[in-house]
Amino acid sequence: MAMPETRETKAPALKDDSQLQQKKMIAEHYRRLAHAGETGEKNVYTFVPGNLTELLRSFDLLPVLPEINALQSAMRGKSREYIAIAEKLGHSEDVCTYVKCDLGMMKSGNVGPTGEPLPKPDLLLLSYTGCFTFMKWFEILKQEYDCPVAMLHVPYQADGKITDQMRSYVVKQIREELIPTLSRLSGRAYDEDRLKELLRNSAQAEDDLVFVLESAKHRPSPIDAYFGGVYYIGPIFTAFRGTKDAVEYYRALRSEVEDRIQRGLGPVTPDGELKNERFRIVVEGPPNWTSFHAFWRMFADEGAVVVASSYTKVGGVYDDGFRHDPDHPIETLADYCMGCYTNLALPARVAMLAKYVKDYQADGLLVHSIKSCNSFSAGQLMILREVEERTGKPGGFIESDLVDPRYFSAANIKNRLESYFQMIEQKRTGGLS
Amino acid sequence: MKAYVGIDLGSTTTKAVVLGEDGGMLGRGITNSRSNYAVACDVALSEALINARFGLIAGELDRSGLDTDAKSEALAALERLFRKHQYLEQLRVFCGISRRIVGSDLLARDQRGALDEILAAMEAEAPALYAPGASRKSDFFRDLAGSRYLSLAEVCARSKRVAFDRLVGLFDKTILEVENVSAGDGAFVAHAEAAYRDFTGAPEALGLALARATAVPLEVAASVGTGYGRQTLPFPKEQIRSEILCHGLGAHAMFPATRTVLDIGGQDTKAIQVDGDGIVTSFQMNDRCAAGCGRYLGYIADEMNLGLHELGPMACASTRPVRINSTCTVFAGAELRERLSLGEKREDILAGLHRAIILRAMSLLARSGGIGDEFTFTGGVAKNPAAVDALAGLVRDNYGKLTINISPNSIYTGALGAALFARRDAQRAAA
Repeated sequence: MAMPETRETKAPALKDDSQLQQKKMIAEHYRRLAHAGETGEKNVYTFVPGNLTELLRSFDLLPVLPEINALQSAMRGKSREYIAIAEKLGHSEDVCTYVKCDLGMMKSGNVGPTGEPLPKPDLLLLSYTGCFTFMKWFEILKQEYDCPVAMLHVPYQADGKITDQMRSYVVKQIREELIPTLSRLSGRAYDEDRLKELLRNSAQAEDDLVFVLESAKHRPSPIDAYFGGVYYIGPIFTAFRGTKDAVEYYRALRSEVEDRIQRGLGPVTPDGELKNERFRIVVEGPPNWTSFHAFWRMFADEGAVVVASSYTKVGGVYDDGFRHDPDHPIETLADYCMGCYTNLALPARVAMLAKYVKDYQADGLLVHSIKSCNSFSAGQLMILREVEERTGKPGGFIESDLVDPRYFSAANIKNRLESYFQMIEQKRTGGLS
Repeated sequence: MKAYVGIDLGSTTTKAVVLGEDGGMLGRGITNSRSNYAVACDVALSEALINARFGLIAGELDRSGLDTDAKSEALAALERLFRKHQYLEQLRVFCGISRRIVGSDLLARDQRGALDEILAAMEAEAPALYAPGASRKSDFFRDLAGSRYLSLAEVCARSKRVAFDRLVGLFDKTILEVENVSAGDGAFVAHAEAAYRDFTGAPEALGLALARATAVPLEVAASVGTGYGRQTLPFPKEQIRSEILCHGLGAHAMFPATRTVLDIGGQDTKAIQVDGDGIVTSFQMNDRCAAGCGRYLGYIADEMNLGLHELGPMACASTRPVRINSTCTVFAGAELRERLSLGEKREDILAGLHRAIILRAMSLLARSGGIGDEFTFTGGVAKNPAAVDALAGLVRDNYGKLTINISPNSIYTGALGAALFARRDAQRAAA
């Protein structure tokens, strides 16, 4: 998500105004980070799921997202080298490759995706605890940087809903621990009016994002909700939620998508517009970043469009109606943290994916399982079987990794994907394919 | 007669199946896969067409009134002599190419005498290789000629004082070119007629049957390709199908009650679920690692200096199978030597290795949705009795009593599925 042009991205025809706008936002953000030493701007390292961007920005703190840096490194062809450095330091081959990639990057001068160095964290903010690895990750970074850590314990939605007790538990932590910490760090008092204004911006951008994601219900779909989707979620999932820039970005993106719908255009792919939509797929699991465009082409070449994906919900589930609510600023942040996709139990994930298959008139669910991510991958075969059962549509299963190029076997993955698409075709035509 | 062709370009062998208009099997052919995929397909197809011609001859003989024994004897003799002529033809190509290579290399002058001697001996030996009752270790020219060439070269190297290694190098260079020359099925008539002339005391009916069978025009109406190398097949994209679909449909055609298919091939293992029409409903394949595939047994055979086909029977003699967990092909050699050094018996180690690869397949099957009744086992490993025993035991323990199907022609499952797709495509286009 939110990736600047990189070596591997020579081809993508993502040259719409919104895309240029996003590039500018990213460049400016990293420039500010690079010069934080001179300007005195403070930064906070945090994660995509459960990120409290509006709260940080209300204190004029700049967010840094190590996950995004790791995937950016992979797209720039750096992750192999970074992972090797981390393994040399003693991290096992089976450890989450985002972590190793981030550590390797740090040990190599902490140069960010735009080529400028990133500042050391002034605070590590762990605002989502559903991924156990996040805790270990910041435990390591704390030792490396010798900086303070703020931790928010976020209850898991084991029973598929957020109760009042869960909400007040998180709210209490934000009010009593987090806000005082951020206030001390920034030297500013908590300004609720400012927070409310940022949340109002968030809700507006979220409306437009949902419009864009749901546009895939059209035939042909004007967007790819996975490969294209990672670009669309960029600003909202990272450092820009709540900003005016994000509001403008989503307004522009929405009007571009509206235009595509009116003109009956298919989605943009690395090789231009996809003209012949043959398969509509729902995808569960993050993409592979080391061969992102090669992976995308394996779909586009077969006329396969991803119409909905769970990955574009890891930084917030909005299509179920949730919006940041300026009238209840702290409560809404608590609900947001507890509502992101990875905080949902398996039954809720199954229900969401099955609903996507039906609502988006998809041909089936494809799981892309990640070798080094247990919190995403556990239970995925069960999810696949359940969704197949509920929808009657065939499922497919492929495996690779996030940012370790050693686990992306292009020939095998292509083979599985082609088999999967042909299986759909065969079922469709009753065997006469 | 219209014919529908399916070609399965695998990592080890290339298979072709030819079906008639009614979907009945006309012929099947197999060859070793090689650097030039197009030639491998050509050779497999021409073998399948030759096989189809022999099928037509058999059909003609059925109508001739010849008694069953005489009929099968006559057919066997004709085919044996046909193979001899085919071998001699390839040997002639081999002679030409090897002489050209040696002739064009000034530094290889000393090899010329040795080569002449080897080639003359190979030609002289050919009739014995195809004598009645003679057994051949392989049907592939590469294996047959290679084995004779190397033994003869060993003797010649000593008597002619030429380095053995260089003669081996010459063979390798030559066979690469020989294998990339396609004989084509046009040679059928010439070889068949030569075989018939050689056949002293051939029944009169055979001559007539041969003439009739040769006269039948075999027109390839549609082709579909599949297998590991399918992207390189000389077919347009619409004529290429994934091996998952082809194996599913092929297994259904062989055993119509099939619900689950396990295929263990050279470099992948597939677990496939099919419905009552042979349509794939779900599948799993090894994605990131090829541990426990057919190639694993190949390495074990090499390590033990055994032929691949000898492994299974030896493992079947085990009384106390060793427990082996790793199915990493690269580690297999070390595991084996370690066990041998501990004093374990070869058959017990082998039984353990077979069980280990089947355990891996069981996990893949479970992931694909379990095993339904009936269960069809295909691929090269299905020919291995120890693998079959281990599978049968584990299926019984985990899924109860099920019907397990293994066809002697299971290696052709993918090609058969592809040919069926070719026939369906053609029928649909005509409709």
